[in-house]
Amino acid sequence: MANHNDNGALKHSTALPIHIQGLTKKYGDLYALDSVDLDINSGEFLTLLGPSGSGKTTLLMAIAGFNRPDAGSIRFDKKEVILMPPHKRDVGMVFQSYALFPHMSVAENIAFPLKLRGVSPKECTARVAEALETVQLSGLGDRGIDQLSGGQQQRVALARAFVFRPRILLMDEPLSALDKKLRERMQIELKHLHQKLGVTTVYVTHDQREALTMSDRIAVINDGRLAQVDTPKAIYNHPANAFVADFIGESTMLPLTRDESGYLYFNDRRITDTAVKDAPNGWSLVIRPERLYVVDGEADTNQVVVFDGTVVESVFQGETAFALVAIDEGTELSVRFGTSSAAGTGSLHPGEQVSIGLLREDVIIIPRDR
Amino acid sequence: MSWWTSPASDTQVTHGARFWLYVVAAIIMLLLVIPTFIVIPMSFSDSQYLEFPPSNWSVRWYDEYFGSSKWMRATVTSLQLGVLTMLLATPLGTMAAYALFVSRHKVTKVIFMLLITPLIVPVILIAIGVFYAFGRVGLNNSIPGLVIAHTAMATPLVMIVITAALRSYDLNQERVARSLGATRLKAFFTITLPQIKFSVITSALLSFLTSFDEVIIAIFVSGGSNATLTKRMFSALRDFIDPTIAAISTIMVLVSTILLLATQAIGSKGKKS
Amino acid sequence: MNCEGGMESGDKRLLNAKALKAQEIKEQWTLMSLAGPTLLIIVLVIFIPVGWLFYLSFIDGDGQFTLEHYRKMIEYKSYARTFVTTFEVSLLTTLICIVIGYPLAYFLALLPARWSGIFMLAVLLPFWTSLLVRTYAWLVLLQRKGILNDFGQHIGLWDSPIKLVHNMTGTLIGMAHIMLPFLVLPLYGAMKKIDQNMMYAASNLGASPVKAFWQVYFPLSLPGMVAGSLIVFVLCLGFYVTPAVLGGGRVIMVATQITAILENQFNWGSASALGVVLLFATVVVLYLAARFFKLDAALFGKS
Repeated sequence: MANHNDNGALKHSTALPIHIQGLTKKYGDLYALDSVDLDINSGEFLTLLGPSGSGKTTLLMAIAGFNRPDAGSIRFDKKEVILMPPHKRDVGMVFQSYALFPHMSVAENIAFPLKLRGVSPKECTARVAEALETVQLSGLGDRGIDQLSGGQQQRVALARAFVFRPRILLMDEPLSALDKKLRERMQIELKHLHQKLGVTTVYVTHDQREALTMSDRIAVINDGRLAQVDTPKAIYNHPANAFVADFIGESTMLPLTRDESGYLYFNDRRITDTAVKDAPNGWSLVIRPERLYVVDGEADTNQVVVFDGTVVESVFQGETAFALVAIDEGTELSVRFGTSSAAGTGSLHPGEQVSIGLLREDVIIIPRDR
Repeated sequence: MSWWTSPASDTQVTHGARFWLYVVAAIIMLLLVIPTFIVIPMSFSDSQYLEFPPSNWSVRWYDEYFGSSKWMRATVTSLQLGVLTMLLATPLGTMAAYALFVSRHKVTKVIFMLLITPLIVPVILIAIGVFYAFGRVGLNNSIPGLVIAHTAMATPLVMIVITAALRSYDLNQERVARSLGATRLKAFFTITLPQIKFSVITSALLSFLTSFDEVIIAIFVSGGSNATLTKRMFSALRDFIDPTIAAISTIMVLVSTILLLATQAIGSKGKKS
Repeated sequence: MNCEGGMESGDKRLLNAKALKAQEIKEQWTLMSLAGPTLLIIVLVIFIPVGWLFYLSFIDGDGQFTLEHYRKMIEYKSYARTFVTTFEVSLLTTLICIVIGYPLAYFLALLPARWSGIFMLAVLLPFWTSLLVRTYAWLVLLQRKGILNDFGQHIGLWDSPIKLVHNMTGTLIGMAHIMLPFLVLPLYGAMKKIDQNMMYAASNLGASPVKAFWQVYFPLSLPGMVAGSLIVFVLCLGFYVTPAVLGGGRVIMVATQITAILENQFNWGSASALGVVLLFATVVVLYLAARFFKLDAALFGKS
C-alpha cells in the first residue's frame, strides 16, 4: 500500500532489505561468484562496481532470478527467494539495452506489469500517467518506441520498472549507451528518483565515477568476490586492498618497510604515526595524485611527508594538469593539480627540481596481496 | 557524366567497365525465370502435343483439369496434405526451435543436428524407407501417413527460419517481461511471438509448399484414391505427355508466385515495424 | 562494515545446492519436452525406417545375414555405371552452377538495397516453384520441336534439330536450373557479409579493381561458394525426378536405380544396400566439408 511523503510524491511504503549468503555460481571450473555474502539495507542505493567479468552482472541476475546459482541463499527481508522464478520475485529491472517492447507504445510498455497484476484499466491509465510525469515524459504515452531518443527510451524503461511499485529495483549499466553529458545528467536524475521512491536499488556499473556519484554504498567486486563494501568516501579514502585502491581513482602505490616497533617507512621517511600489525606480504602506501602538492620552502615533517625529485613530464589536461616527478631510486610519482590561477602551483617544467608534499592525514596504507 | 561512365561503386569502377556483368546477369536471370513462366502460354494451346508457341489458343486443358474427377481428387488431396502439414509442422518446429535456442544444455546442439537430418538424408532413401515401414503398419496410401512424412520434411525448414528470427531478436525482452511478472509462457505469447510472427508465417507457407510440391515420397507412399497431385503429374509425365499438366503447372506457378510475393510483402512490412 | 566473500566453511558453500540443482534439471527437461513432438516425428519418419533399411541391406531372401547385396555392387558393371553417372552428373551440375551462379550472385550483391529485392525474385521464384513444373517446362523447351531448337535453327546455329533432351545434356540443363538457387543464396549471403572497407583498403593500397577482386573479394567469398557447392553436390547425388524425366531412361542415377530395383525385382535387400551407400557418400562429403570449412556458420549465421 502506498503512502505519500511530504511533497506529494509517491513513496514506497516498505522497501526491502536483501540478504545474500554464500552465493556461488560456477561456469565449468570458473567461479563467476565465489561464496558471496552481502547485506543490502532497506531503501539504500548500492552499486556493484567492478571490471568486465568480475561477476557483478551475474550477481544482479541472480537477485532477479535470471540465473540459477549453484548454491547460496538470497532473502528479501525474511523471505527466501533463491528458488523462486523471476516472475514471482516482484523486482523492477532495467537492462542495459532497455529491452522496450517495440510492438507496443510507450504507454502500453509501462502498463504491461500493471495489466499482469490485474490492475483496472482506469487505474492503469492513471498510474502510467503518473509514472510518465515522474520521469518527465508526460504526454508521450502514445508514441512508438522507435520515435524516442536514447535518453527517452531509458526513462521509459525506468518508468516501466517502478510503475508497479516494486520494493526492490535492479539496474544493469542502464546509462552506458548514452553519451557523456546525457549520462551525467541522468545520474543526478536517477539519484533524485531514488530519493523520491525510496526503493532499495542495486545498480551495476564498471564506471567508478558513476558509482561514486550515485551510491549510498559501493560493493567493489572482482573475480567473483567482494573486495570492499563501504560508502563512496570510505572506499576512496580508505581502500582496503590494492585492487580497490587501483580501481577507484588514480593511485600510485609504493612499497613500505616495517621496523620492529611497527612503524612503516618508505626508504628513510617515516610514513605512519601509529604502529601497525605485521601483514603477511607487507604494506603499501597508496598516494592519490590530487593529494600531492608542491612544497614551498620548508615543510613541517610532523604534518607532511616530503618527496624531493625532478619533474619528468608536465601535461595540461583542461581542468587539471598532470605531472610526473621522479623521486629517489627510479620511482615516479603522479601529481595532479587544479589549473586555476588561485591554485597557485604555477606550471612545472621538465627538469625542474621540486619538493612534493603529502599531508599525513592523506596517507593511505593497504596490505599487499603478494 | 553519362550513366556509362559514372562510377558504380566507391572504388570508382564504372558502369561501363562492368557492363559485361550486367549482361551476363540479365541473361541468367531470364534463363531462370522463363522456364517457370513458359507453362502459362503453353497451357492455353489447343494442340495435343507439347507446343510452343501455341498455334491455336484454347482453354480445353483447363476444362480437362477441372472436369476430371481423378485430377480434382488429387488436387484436393494435395491441398489437404499441404494445410495439415502446415498446421502440424509450424507449431512443432517453432516450439523445437525456441526450446533449443533458449536452453543452456550441452545436448541442444546434438538434438538440433538430429532434427535437421531430414535435410541431409537423401529423399529417395526416406521415401523407400517410409514406404517399407508404413507398409508394415498399414499407413501407406493414407492421409495421416503422408501428413506425418511431410511434417518430418517440413519441420527442419521451420526450425531454420525461426532460429534465424530468434537470433536477430533481443531475447532480453522476454527476461524483462518475466521480471515484470509474466511467466515464460505468457512472455513468449505476448512479447516474442508477435515480434517473430512474420517468420512464423513465412515458415508456415514454406511448410505448405514443401508438402504441396513434394514428389518422391508421394510417389511411393501415396496411391489409389489418395494419390497426390504431384504423383499423378509425375506418372503423366513419364507415360504420355498429357498437356493437362501444362494447365496444372500454370495454376501451381501462380500459387507459388502469390505465396512468394506474400512473404516478400510480409517481410518488408516486418522490417518497417 | 566490510563483508568479504571467500573460502567460508563447507556448510555455507552448499546452501540450497541440492534444491537448486533439482530445479535446474526440471527446467531443462520442461524446455526439452517442447522439442519432443518434433523429435518423435523425425524418429518415426527418418530414424526407424532408415534404420530398418540398413538392417535389410544385410539380409537375404531367407532372412539370413549376408553381404551379397554389397558384393553385387562391386561385381556388377551396372552399379559401377550408375555410380559413375551419378558422380558425373553431380559434379558437372555443381560446376555449371558455380560458373553461372557466381556472376549472378556477385551482381546481386552489388545492387543497392532498393533493387536487390526485386532482382532476388528471379532467384527465389524458381526456388518456390514446384520441381515438377520446372522439369516439365524444360522437357517442353528442349524437345525436338521445342522453342530452343526452333530458335537455334532460326538463327543458324544448327541445321537440324539436335537432341537436347532425354539425354545427359537435358538432364544437366534441368538440374542446373533447379540447383542454381541453392548455390546463389548462400554465396550471396557470404558476399553481403564482406566488409566493404576491405575493398577500399585494397584500392587505397594500389590494387586495380580487377586485382582487388581476385585477391581480396574472391577469397573472402569462397566460404559461401563452398557451402553452396556442397549443398548442390549433395542434393544432386540423391536426385530422382529430374534425371528420370529429362534423362529419358539414359541417365541412370542411384535414385533411379533404387526405384528400378524395387519396381522390377522388389528386392529390398539390394535397394536398401544402394540407399545405404548413397547415404554414406552424402555423410562423408558433408563431414569432410564441415571439417574443412565452417559450414554451419555459413548456413545458419546471422541473416
